Amino acid sequence: MDRALEGLRVLDLSEGVAGGYCTKLFGCLGAEVIKVEDPAGGDISRRMGPFLDYLPDPETSATYLYLNTNKKSITLNLGTTSGVETLKTLIPSADVVVETYTPGTMEERGMGYEVLESINPGVVLTSVTYFGETGPYRNYKGNSMVGFALTGQMHMTGEADLAPLVGAGFQPEYTAGIHAFDAAMAALYWRDSSGKGQHVDVSVIEAMAYYHEFSITTWTHLQAKNIRTGNDYPVGGHPLTMYECKDGWVSISSVMPHHSENLFLMMDRPDLIDDPRFASAELRWDHKAEYDEPLEAWLIQRTMDEVIEVGQSLRIPVTYVPTFDRLLKDTQLSARDYWVALEHPLAGRQLYAGAPFKMGVTPWNVTRAPLLGEHNEDVYCGDMGLSKEELVRLRERNII
Amino acid sequence: MNHPADNGRALEGVRVLDFTTGWSGPIGARFLADLGAEVIKIESMYGRGAREVPTPENPKHYAKVAHSVYPYNDPGDQPYNRYGIFNEYHRNKMSLTLDLSRDDCRELAKRLIPISDVIMENYSSRVMRNFGLDYPSVRVLNPAIVFISMPGYGMTGPHRNHVSYGTNIEPSAGLSNLIGYPGQKPYKSGEAYPDPNAGVNAVGAVLTALYYRRRSGKGQFIDLSQNEAAVGLIGESLLGYQLTGEHPARIGNHHAYYAPHNAYRCNGEDNWVTIAVTNDEEWKALCEVAGHPDWGSDPRFQDQLSRWQHQDDIDGHISAWTAGEDYKELMHRLQGAGVTAAAVYTNQDVVEDGHLRERGYFWETPHAVAGTMPFSGTPALLSKTPGTLMMAAPLMGEHNRYVLEELAGVESGYADKLEAEGAIGTQPPEGIPGIFA
Repeated sequence: MDRALEGLRVLDLSEGVAGGYCTKLFGCLGAEVIKVEDPAGGDISRRMGPFLDYLPDPETSATYLYLNTNKKSITLNLGTTSGVETLKTLIPSADVVVETYTPGTMEERGMGYEVLESINPGVVLTSVTYFGETGPYRNYKGNSMVGFALTGQMHMTGEADLAPLVGAGFQPEYTAGIHAFDAAMAALYWRDSSGKGQHVDVSVIEAMAYYHEFSITTWTHLQAKNIRTGNDYPVGGHPLTMYECKDGWVSISSVMPHHSENLFLMMDRPDLIDDPRFASAELRWDHKAEYDEPLEAWLIQRTMDEVIEVGQSLRIPVTYVPTFDRLLKDTQLSARDYWVALEHPLAGRQLYAGAPFKMGVTPWNVTRAPLLGEHNEDVYCGDMGLSKEELVRLRERNII
Repeated sequence: MNHPADNGRALEGVRVLDFTTGWSGPIGARFLADLGAEVIKIESMYGRGAREVPTPENPKHYAKVAHSVYPYNDPGDQPYNRYGIFNEYHRNKMSLTLDLSRDDCRELAKRLIPISDVIMENYSSRVMRNFGLDYPSVRVLNPAIVFISMPGYGMTGPHRNHVSYGTNIEPSAGLSNLIGYPGQKPYKSGEAYPDPNAGVNAVGAVLTALYYRRRSGKGQFIDLSQNEAAVGLIGESLLGYQLTGEHPARIGNHHAYYAPHNAYRCNGEDNWVTIAVTNDEEWKALCEVAGHPDWGSDPRFQDQLSRWQHQDDIDGHISAWTAGEDYKELMHRLQGAGVTAAAVYTNQDVVEDGHLRERGYFWETPHAVAGTMPFSGTPALLSKTPGTLMMAAPLMGEHNRYVLEELAGVESGYADKLEAEGAIGTQPPEGIPGIFA
């Protein structure tokens, strides 16, 4: 099988989730990704966990292991002049450089875009930060909660009379990672015709704001402020929410008129189809408690699987809210070979989330994350032609 | 030194046929359009799923709060050309109306395939086959075509025909399980974000396929399951579950290792600020900004572990202090002192934010019927080929003649006939209810 990005070389100077996910996409699609890690401890995601059996170990952090599949790891201290000079020798063969430093750091260390461009005019430097390379907040500190809060999502999550809630995990960082991959690929497309590289600037908060455009447009057009409405979507009518059933939770989205009619058939209440209280999405919202009573009574006697089977046979958009043990055994994901079993020398064998999309001719491929500096000899001696003695000397000087 | 204007556009020369509806597909196709691809939106005159055409029976549709998003809440005489969500999703695209239930219209669509590079669609898995426009049919006409389908659960497997919306995918992908107040039920997030997530992943897939095509000459089919694209966003958590044997608990806004890490109520109605401290230095800085050196010297809060163990006490202290503070001003003061903090923005705050404005994030978009409105711009900033606003969203059928006559080579007499028969047009047919899909 061909690999789509075969022949591309990516130098990954990034740390954490956003840059890591961007370069993971490159790697799994066939590019050669060389992850450049600090000799003192490596990527911060090696310290983020969760760890095998809760024992902190830079080689068994789930965050690192997941994000760094299909990469080589070399160590290089980019805080030193020698480290930066060594990095520069890798630039001529690099197509993409991904970095996540605080804006200005690359320039301070003598490896800003103009320096890289002078070495390799075709290089695509991709900077992924929380706030971007410019603007008044560029030096502010970010985390996932900042990504959720500052783009409007958090204010809409949770109950109106309780605190706004953060979303799931590192969604803001992953979102920026995907955007960074897209932007870098667009830059490579243009490079093919122009011969020129460029500097790509992707920020977590703009990537998240992009996903929030619906609410933004609601403000610009109607001056209607978002409110928290628990699990309901008041803009879409009712029911568009989650309900408890016998063994967990299900999610029901009634959007089209036939969804609503078929829901009454599902709950064995065809008599309610013509009930004027429930005649439109808006009316169902107004009579939410009366509407939910027969539905909830029906659901609580059935399992998630039973609800899905009956609901989907009636073309109702219904699904379950799987816990992780259920998700790892999900019928559909398993049938599509979504999960990838990988063996790691220290973390053992686990199932990894697989391809975000299946390409017919050039499928995604996954190999385990590297140990810290695992590919030093390959890259420094093999690719760059250093002797073993030179490698030892660099190691002694804490350069690698 | 290069000036962006000298360089053209990154995806110049790429032609995309956009058969998508809803949110996931349109946002993906727009991403490509913003970077210079020529995107032809093929739409139904019923405005279904796209233009929110109101009807006399249901003038506001399902609107409880804000679904009928027209400028200044005014649908005007041409609501289908004023609908804010359509105008947002389809800027920089052309509009071709085709009634794909008609053989002759499907033939017209087929005439565009040999001259196109990419086809995007997000119907449930059967629809394009029924139109004779599925990948096996299309590749005969253009073997180099890149064709992406993006249904909820993928094109194969026992649940391939399951119906879903982005509102279902967030729960089914495992994300909702991680959201919630401590010990309480799972929650949705504020947005149906698996929708745009699928669209932005589709962009990556399409650009990857185009990269490969340039080198191999080969097109391909891409099967994007919105569910699978969303599961990947919690990949580290799923792996962590296997490494520890323990399902992550819902812990509100708290963090597994650090404290304080929460949202705190500020002065005013429903105003909040988030504060997160990950080390002693930040803790000291926070105590200083709060004017509470006593917190800093409290033995219960001396190090990361002890702060985490006493986080409810810390939350109490901080809440009492922030209650009198302004949420935006406090964010700047805390960030100025090196503490990770953010105002919990409403949609209004996002639009008014100085940072996004200074970076040119919002694009003021003049539209012939809807007036000039600001919309989200592109989050992909390319120094030499920046995304740009070339044109506002098209009026319904605005490019029918251009696409059919100039691109597909149709005689103008034939286009007149199609228009007379109602197969193409520039306004919704009378008496057809608009449906939000």
